[in-house]
Amino acid sequence: MKEKEYRYAAAARTGLLFLKGVPGVAFGDRVSIRDRHGRKRNGQVILSSEELVMVQVLEGTDDLNLDDTWVRFLDQPFELALSPDLLGRVFNGIGEPRDERPPIISRLRRNVNGEPVNPVARAYPREFIQTGISAIDGLNSLVRGQKLPIFSGSGLPHNRLVAQIVRQSRLLGEESRFVVVFAAMGLSYADARFFREDFENNGVLGNVAMFINLADDPPIERLILPRTALTAAEYLAFDLDLHVLVVLTDMTYYAEALREVATAKGDVPTRKGYPGYLYSDMAEIYERAGRVHKRHGSITMVPVVSMPSDDITHPIPDLTGYITEGQIVLSRELNNQNLYPPVNIPPSLSRLMKDGIGKDDTREDHPRVASQLYAAYARALEVRNLASIIGRDELPDLDRRYLDFADQFEQRFLAQGPDEDRSVIQTLNIAWELLSLLPGEVLSRVSETDLARYHDWEGGK
Amino acid sequence: MKSGRIIEVNGPLVQARLPGIANGEQLRVGELGLTGEVIGLDGERALIQVYESTEMLRPGEEVVPLGHPLSAELGPGLLGGIFDGVQRPLRAIMESAGEHIPRGLALPALDRKKHWDFIPEASLRAGQEIRGGMVLGRVQETEAVEHRILVPPGIKGELMELAGAGRYTLEQTIARVRTPLKGIQGLSLLQRWPVRQPRPYARRDDGIAPLLTGQRILDTFFPLLKGGKGAIPGPFGAGKTMLQQQIARWTNADIVIYVGCGERGNELVDILESFPELTDPYSGRSLMERTLLVANTSNMPVVAREASIYLGVTLAEYYRDQGHDVVMLADSTSRWAEALREVAGRLGQMPVEEGYPAYLASRLAAFYERAGRVDTLGGDSGSVTLIGAVSPPGGDFSEPVTNHTKDIIQTFWALSKSLADARHYPSVSWTESFSDAVEAAARWWSREISPAWQARRAQALDLLARAEELSRIINLVGVEALSPAQRWSVEAASLVREALLQQSALDEVDSYCSPQKQFALLDLAMSLYQRGGELIDNQVPVSALLQLPALARLRRAKNSYGNEQLDALARLKEDMQDQLDKLARDYREGRS
Ligand SMILES: Nc1ncnc2c1ncn2[C@@H]1O[C@H](COP(=O)(O)OP(=O)(O)OP(=O)(O)O)[C@@H](O)[C@H]1O
Ligand SMILES: [Mg+2]
Repeated sequence: MKEKEYRYAAAARTGLLFLKGVPGVAFGDRVSIRDRHGRKRNGQVILSSEELVMVQVLEGTDDLNLDDTWVRFLDQPFELALSPDLLGRVFNGIGEPRDERPPIISRLRRNVNGEPVNPVARAYPREFIQTGISAIDGLNSLVRGQKLPIFSGSGLPHNRLVAQIVRQSRLLGEESRFVVVFAAMGLSYADARFFREDFENNGVLGNVAMFINLADDPPIERLILPRTALTAAEYLAFDLDLHVLVVLTDMTYYAEALREVATAKGDVPTRKGYPGYLYSDMAEIYERAGRVHKRHGSITMVPVVSMPSDDITHPIPDLTGYITEGQIVLSRELNNQNLYPPVNIPPSLSRLMKDGIGKDDTREDHPRVASQLYAAYARALEVRNLASIIGRDELPDLDRRYLDFADQFEQRFLAQGPDEDRSVIQTLNIAWELLSLLPGEVLSRVSETDLARYHDWEGGK
Repeated sequence: MKSGRIIEVNGPLVQARLPGIANGEQLRVGELGLTGEVIGLDGERALIQVYESTEMLRPGEEVVPLGHPLSAELGPGLLGGIFDGVQRPLRAIMESAGEHIPRGLALPALDRKKHWDFIPEASLRAGQEIRGGMVLGRVQETEAVEHRILVPPGIKGELMELAGAGRYTLEQTIARVRTPLKGIQGLSLLQRWPVRQPRPYARRDDGIAPLLTGQRILDTFFPLLKGGKGAIPGPFGAGKTMLQQQIARWTNADIVIYVGCGERGNELVDILESFPELTDPYSGRSLMERTLLVANTSNMPVVAREASIYLGVTLAEYYRDQGHDVVMLADSTSRWAEALREVAGRLGQMPVEEGYPAYLASRLAAFYERAGRVDTLGGDSGSVTLIGAVSPPGGDFSEPVTNHTKDIIQTFWALSKSLADARHYPSVSWTESFSDAVEAAARWWSREISPAWQARRAQALDLLARAEELSRIINLVGVEALSPAQRWSVEAASLVREALLQQSALDEVDSYCSPQKQFALLDLAMSLYQRGGELIDNQVPVSALLQLPALARLRRAKNSYGNEQLDALARLKEDMQDQLDKLARDYREGRS
């Protein structure tokens, strides 16, 4: 079967190629296609019946004709060759070099789809990662093996934030840094260059494996790219015992490519035209983050998801939020005030924070301080809203303190430089300076011991 | 039944030529021996859903019918276990195959080699007539749970022999019975039941006792009965999973079945790692001894997700039939509905709303219908309580799954994004939630805890609703526009929110709140509100009330005093009364 080449496709449209009378083709099989100019394309079987085989062509079906297209079924799934040499290299979505260097040669090859991890084999992630960013470390801590996306929007500084996380992330009391698997789907040329230069300037390029599909590369390739990249990440983490940070940017372009193919196939559309399986499809990707018993390495994942029209209820951020272990949401409003990083605190969340902070991990008061800051800031935002209606002067004294708290929280806690690397203790100390703007009676989320120890209330300075 | 050949592979949906096959029948599919189920017939073509990835499966490969529908294995050894959606034992799979789940690996759900101590039912004699549901004997499955070995439903005849006390494996014969239709049949500790078919019972009863969860907003404000059906809808991150895990930890049921349906792997690990270390507040034993997990995480094949819900409820009914109170938690029923939608779509069935097939509502109703308190065939009483999380897209409760679920269930715990954003947990909204079980629960609370329960509860909800109204006014014109009595309502409501409704799962003291403590806190808050209101009518300013030391203590009472410190709460009530009386005196005297 592998050797046989088929000609005369029955139809070719919107990225799909249809062949008739090719029996026994495997579902998911990798396909090699030669067009009439002798150029090679890659495909994958997405439906196989006795009568009809449907092939999804990663490079699209533009410029294909029916009579002069030659198709070979390779009788194998998409696989990635694995070796330590992956680091420091740049590949396309199916793992072919993009950096004019030779392909990776290895006998170890794995199916890029992976196999689902047995939940029993997982180890619960609980090791605190210090990113040096207060909005994350203090309020939405990241732990090793977590999947924590950044919900952003066009023009917001998610790239700068991701680069800062990559640069600064480390485990407290450990020297070893992360190796990075960088997976770009639909990235602009300028953004790709930004990351490359940032890695280069920090001397980490040799510790990064890049899988790149740019904005003008074929969109269907984006469907396989994160799977290829994660196959590399799993190898680095679980075969080579490395701690891997996976950046996936931008999952919105991934999902759009999925919708394009789904529409072409005639799948039943659900919200905003996305197919019903978008959730499961994205889960196959996101759930590959984590830790596994008896393996030393880990996969921590930071996907970027841009919210179309800044709408967090759009299916892509929405379903992502339903799968990942929290989210860091960026705010256009804060960004317009030139506040960096413009993290929108109320909707941001880290679900794994609870097991990674506190007494033995960061500081004993951390869980309660985080909860108190959230509660106080939520109250302060309500007051700010009210003040905009009835005026600041009409507010009771306590409410005016809350207003002050909100401003200071944003200016001193949230705001920091793109190169400013704060220790988590510094972050917690700033938190207490802010809580000291409010009287102890309203701080019911912290304990009385905390108040005695850290609260520096002078009755309104 | 003869084997057939695959004609088409379309993701998890396979077609094969299999004339004469029946809907629902199980199959081995392809060279790898994947497991599948017939879900439709079209002439000679069988439409098959496959529970495992069909990658590299091809037309022409063989399909072998197994002659039975998807069935659960029932017997000792289920508790403490973790199974996938079609009951493959995940621990045994890890031992034999490592950290990934390979395809085509068929392992029996229950350990065939393990011996169990069986004690026959003393009253049974050879020659006696026995029928389905009767207790043949007992096995102490875990220290906490006695497993009753029942005559399988449908069997009726003369008991010829019952084994003596001793150690038996699951497949050894422990009894023989002569039935009129099928002759002599051997019974063992192991039986099977088709998961899509509800297990029979003698009679259905109304619920009479609340399912206690130790969560104030649930038990005190929106109770659910043992044998009831409840739903927890909420947007992502609102706390559905945490709330279900809290229920799994603290509920007063005998058995807990937790179904992770299309959700995160780490959440199951969380349970697996923490439950063995936690103690059941009722039996004093490790929580894992009464817990059973069904796990079909979001990265596992979609179709098995659909089956996982039915597997879970069948296991629940099996323990119910032994006379236990069982709770099944499903996280999330939306992922189950999506699996249904996925298969319907591939079958080309007409979508009616948001891509869901027309039968979504009836399937949901049929599933929840399997909840209930019943008289068992064996003359015992048992219950299955079903609690499903719902994950509405965009947090929009008008979407089909939330909407239909709302019509079916009795208790609706609606989670609110704005509460979660302010880290007010559990983020159960007191305006959108409801419970049809308050009357029945009130009888229990009144009898066991206090006759004042129902009145106090109503007062608190009333206060919360009033404060909600008032906050709208504040947002228009500021707090200064309110009368002192109105301001006191706003303050008291905020106290109720903090001191009662908010309850952190992560707080060691407050994670579980006994019904006695729940009522004590409720009573404290409400008597403060009432008496405070009287003072305000007598010109005592709100600010003076807010400065009472007892009020600050009440704010922190939930985590300052444990469940056993009811006397401290009683003292707090006395202190509060004293302080209020003193305040009233001071103002009377000051004025005169
Ligand atoms: N009762 C609670 N006490 C303390 N924290 C809570 C509570 N409920 C929720 N949280 C916090 O909220 C986070 C999210 O909760 P959870 O994972 O239960 O949300 P969910 O509704 O199940 O979300 P999803 O639909 O995405 O699964 C938790 O990780 C925890 O930090
Ligand atoms: Mg959840």
